[in-house]
Amino acid sequence: MVWVNAVVQGLMLGGLYALFACGLSLMFGVMRTVNLPHGDLSVVAAYGSLALVDALGWSPFTTLLIVIPGMAIVGFLLQRLVLDRALGVSALAPLLATFGLSIALQNLLLQIDSPDARILPIGSFGIGSWHISSQLSIGWFPLLTLGVAIVVLLAIELFLQRARLGTAMRATRDDAATAQLMGIDARKMYALAAMLALATVGIAGVFLGMRTTFTPTSGSDYLIFAFEAVVIGGIGSVRGTLAGGLVLGVAQTVGAQINAADPILIGHLVFLAVLVLRPRGLFRSSALA
Amino acid sequence: MIALEVDAIDVHYGDFQALWGVSVRVEPGGTLAIIGANGAGKSTLLGAIAGSRPLTRGSISFDGRDVSKLPAHARVALGITLVPEGRRLFPSLTVEENLTVGAFRRREGPWSLNRVYELLPIVANLRQRRANQLSGGEQQAVAIGRALMNNPSLLLLDEVSLGLAPVIVQSLYAILPDVSAEGTTVLLVEQDVGQALAAADRVQCLLEGRVTLEGDAKDLDRDSIRAAYFGV
Repeated sequence: MVWVNAVVQGLMLGGLYALFACGLSLMFGVMRTVNLPHGDLSVVAAYGSLALVDALGWSPFTTLLIVIPGMAIVGFLLQRLVLDRALGVSALAPLLATFGLSIALQNLLLQIDSPDARILPIGSFGIGSWHISSQLSIGWFPLLTLGVAIVVLLAIELFLQRARLGTAMRATRDDAATAQLMGIDARKMYALAAMLALATVGIAGVFLGMRTTFTPTSGSDYLIFAFEAVVIGGIGSVRGTLAGGLVLGVAQTVGAQINAADPILIGHLVFLAVLVLRPRGLFRSSALA
Repeated sequence: MIALEVDAIDVHYGDFQALWGVSVRVEPGGTLAIIGANGAGKSTLLGAIAGSRPLTRGSISFDGRDVSKLPAHARVALGITLVPEGRRLFPSLTVEENLTVGAFRRREGPWSLNRVYELLPIVANLRQRRANQLSGGEQQAVAIGRALMNNPSLLLLDEVSLGLAPVIVQSLYAILPDVSAEGTTVLLVEQDVGQALAAADRVQCLLEGRVTLEGDAKDLDRDSIRAAYFGV
């Protein structure tokens, strides 16, 4: 039962990782660019949500109504003002630009707020759970997180597979110059992908802030988990990222059962094993493969 | 009445000048073949018309409208559609998805998935196949079908015959009358002179970026073509 509990908790933790990795996966899949301030942007979303909670007395859930479109606008600006200028220059330019942005964002948050840890208050919902047995209980909030992750990632996968714009986005990813010859404005596709990606970063940031404390610099701590989820699932595959997040979550909680001192280590080992044995990821037959 | 008018264009690749004052006129519904050796500037000319190559001089107008400054994707919306050299299908998309991407602009017209499958039965049998799993001939058929999905008023065909067996090339060229019958203007680039003369009503020859010969396909004799083609 202890192991069943570890796996169940791992799946729910993995839901958060998958939700968090979704935007990274989408941006890499469409633009072939690693968005380094990904983690910092999710922290920006959490601070934004906190500001709304403090100012208006809203629940963090309600702030999603503002945070999601707000982050989509941030995504549009990120694409037009930073990535679009850097993408054509060299392979390294977008990395350098986004790395600089990451540092700037962390320091900006330090200036505006403080290094103190914050949390988004959700009251008793955060600790409520459903006891199945003495050794197995399922928290309402982690369960909700997993549900949201599954809905968000599958919705994006469905969009990429079925929608007219989703197909155009995959065509642009395959060959941007030829996509232009089909009447597709590649810049618009990139901007749309960045908006979608950052909208999911907004959701992930708020859920992260409700689950645990955050500081201006915690974004980069989470970035490694997002990378691992993306690589385990297969780079550029959104469906794979969902699976990759779940695998990573389970590896960490099962790892905690084996060696309580260092649960994260087992997650890293699984990630390394995938890199060595299946470097293209576990689930590479999907949309953006 | 002129459908496409290319007026004395120059195109450069850096310091290298690929086209020197090239002019082309095609009447609505007409078929013009551009012939010439490797490196004569044929593909560059098509790229300039499609909008993927910027002009350094001259202008291009289509249906009386100057399109020289329009980006490629906006020219597609006007009905200028290129079948690029080397097919350039989207490799991770299925054949049917490649075709639907061709219809991205949703232009009105006679062509639809069903019409394309009717015209190119070979494509109909491949619809769920990934584009990177096709033979060269199959890819070329899909590339032509994808262009038709835009309901082009000007179809630009770049080296349809490249790397394909003669029997396949003939079957692909055999569909051109059906395309022209819909009133589509066709501009095709060919190294295979025989194929070009058979398919087109007008022919222009390029040599090192300049027009060296121009005339009706049926009036041109082999010797003058050879002279224009090789510059001897």
